[in-house]
Amino acid sequence: MTALLALLRRDIQVALRVGGGALIGVLFFLIVVVLMPFAVGPDLALLKKLGPAILWLGALLASLLTLDRLFAADHDDGSLDLLTMSRTPLELICLTKAIAHWLVAGLPLIVATPILGLLLNLDGDATVAVALTLLAGTPALTFTGMIGAALAVALRRGGLLLAVLVLPLSIPVLIFGVAASNAAVLEPAGFGAPLSILCALSLAGLVIGPLAAAASLRHGLD
Amino acid sequence: MGRAAMRLTGSQLRCVRGGREIFAGLDFTADAGEPLAVVGANGAGKTSLLRLIAGLIAPAGGSVTFAGGEDDLSPAEQAHYLGHRDALKSALSVMENLTFWRAALGGEATDLDAALNAVGLDHIAQLPAAYLSAGQRRRLSIARLLAVKRPIWLLDEPTSSLDANGQAMMADLMRAHLSRGGVIVAATHLPLGIAARELRIGERVS
Repeated sequence: MTALLALLRRDIQVALRVGGGALIGVLFFLIVVVLMPFAVGPDLALLKKLGPAILWLGALLASLLTLDRLFAADHDDGSLDLLTMSRTPLELICLTKAIAHWLVAGLPLIVATPILGLLLNLDGDATVAVALTLLAGTPALTFTGMIGAALAVALRRGGLLLAVLVLPLSIPVLIFGVAASNAAVLEPAGFGAPLSILCALSLAGLVIGPLAAAASLRHGLD
Repeated sequence: MGRAAMRLTGSQLRCVRGGREIFAGLDFTADAGEPLAVVGANGAGKTSLLRLIAGLIAPAGGSVTFAGGEDDLSPAEQAHYLGHRDALKSALSVMENLTFWRAALGGEATDLDAALNAVGLDHIAQLPAAYLSAGQRRRLSIARLLAVKRPIWLLDEPTSSLDANGQAMMADLMRAHLSRGGVIVAATHLPLGIAARELRIGERVS
């Protein structure tokens, strides 16, 4: 347990310090959402209609942007070798790394959403609803992305493989995330079902992700 | 210690990397108190052998066993691996790096200041690892061996990038570990500084 807490702390510290890249994702999210109104034009009704989709797309791409370094950095400097030699199961190590990644890369996206919602002409309730769907859905993105990140290390292929592997897995999350957000904006009655599915995807990812990532890391050791 | 002397044994080990057989039918024993020096030409498989013992490569045949240690742990979980890559995070300070590895590998409350003192880094404990020289990074990796007590030391070129003073320090540390009943397997081209039994691998008849 101390080993896992130490790993969580180290990953967060490394990400938050200079050159750690914790802010890359949220800056990218900011850029995508800020540029969108200029691209779409001054049509407030259209912006409001597209708003949830833009927020979700921005969040999805932003979280994919930093995922490929999840295991690659530890592999390159030899930390991964030592972690596999520790007395902690590799599955729990993967889970801890995913949680640390979500805390520094996923959580800031959710915090930024209410501010960015203003730019997309979303009212208060709608932005809170979108933030809630992101809170339920982004863990699923991290956990499925972790499988791709582990495979990228195991197969020694870079970011392209990650995108090809992870994008199909993240499409269901995007569909239900946008469905839940749109329901919150247009017809609040239909909000519950897609949100439950998002939660289910995150919980399934929580179980499958660490197992699959640990299996592929073990297979790819050399 | 009250238990049988430790002995690390490899029998009929076979290693295949990238479809090419590096070595096959390799037997070795490393006893407590006597270091085993793995020697051989570049590409003979010295590092591969160490990584195989450390559980970082799956052997294509044969097995590694460790007698006299903890029965419910694998040899890899009782071993330190000092490799070419130093597993240090540049953003963290010397002390933070060492504290992390102590918690991740063992979690015993060993004295980190003493470990840093032993490798001569106590005066820069708060310096970020990014500013360390190659030799200092090596010394910090060696401090890891002292911060966590594990009976087997797997050392890959332990004296590389160390100055004369550092090489003498490493020899002293190895001697101290052996006198506590530890096992050392070291791959090296350079003299270790202590008397060692040699395991020659990759010899081709020419």
